[in-house]
Amino acid sequence: MSRAVFYIITMAVVTYLIRMLPFTLVRKKIKSRFFRSLMYYIPYAVLSAMTIPAIFRSTGSLATALAGTAAALVTGWLDLPLIAVALAAAGAAFATGLIL
Amino acid sequence: MKGEWKSGLTAGIPIFLGYLSVSFGIGILASNSGLSVAEAVFMSVANLTSAGQVAGIEIIAAGGSVLEIIATQFVINLRYALMALSLSQKADDSLTTPKRLALSYGITDEIFALCVSRDKDVTAGYMGGILVISTIGWTLGTFLGAAAGRILPSSLTDAMGIMLYGMFIAIFLPAAKRDRHVCVVVAAASLLSCLFYYVIRSVSGGFSVIICALAASFLGALLFPVAEDDPDDERDSVGGNAPGEWSSTDDEKDGKKEAP
Repeated sequence: MSRAVFYIITMAVVTYLIRMLPFTLVRKKIKSRFFRSLMYYIPYAVLSAMTIPAIFRSTGSLATALAGTAAALVTGWLDLPLIAVALAAAGAAFATGLIL
Repeated sequence: MKGEWKSGLTAGIPIFLGYLSVSFGIGILASNSGLSVAEAVFMSVANLTSAGQVAGIEIIAAGGSVLEIIATQFVINLRYALMALSLSQKADDSLTTPKRLALSYGITDEIFALCVSRDKDVTAGYMGGILVISTIGWTLGTFLGAAAGRILPSSLTDAMGIMLYGMFIAIFLPAAKRDRHVCVVVAAASLLSCLFYYVIRSVSGGFSVIICALAASFLGALLFPVAEDDPDDERDSVGGNAPGEWSSTDDEKDGKKEAP
């Protein structure tokens, strides 16, 4: 078994357990206000930490990445659908790559 | 039961289309990061989660440790536990323990959102229908992206490498715009992340994400706790596109959050 396959299986087991255990075993509601607050913020914190600064090196060149990031920020700010924002970012990065 | 199954399949069509396009980006990323087409497809079938898979691909490419991959998946995907708790209370008797064991695999942001927004109880057939069509979309898109990643010119696949990050921005930016508490948390997480990347270079990427996300979320939970109300609601409902997208809509409108 390759290292990648072993890692993928490990990921899958962890993710499955996170979903399965509460769904199968727990039926009560979460009472802790602090815990619920933490769970509310974690998704946004994870996404922003994953995106910044990794997005700047996502296209192989800083200039194209900056153009793509700018396009994503503008379209995202305008509440466009996720796929539209993703395509705008890729389109801006691609166009900048053609010009340079 | 058969009708439930069919209505699940129909309800899942928008998710199918959304997943197809987003997982195309996952396939490209996996391919660019050195995974084979088979490995990319296997990852999507086995995991069904976008942010978790992106993090996993990065750790595999960077040669990270097993501990790193376990911890990263745990933190990034922990929200599914909350969704599972919530969904568990809306499930009807057809969801026996064996069926729960099988269907819990498909608790993603979008499938959860679709299930909890239903006006009736969720049955095994309904959830199964959504799960099947969604998984097909996610897997097919990954396959197409990973396979195309080897055919398309590198100028194009390089540019497409930004797609998922663009999608992440489309989730956290509108939420930060609407809710200044989220804005503070997002700013803190981003600043910390830059600090780890540019200054404290000894921490690997996966752990850096965990530390930044937890620190920023603790800050948010301490400074701006969410409203003291029923957690079993549809706050997490979202019309997103990929497993791994979080709700960014209606939190403020619904009054789910308030200033302390």
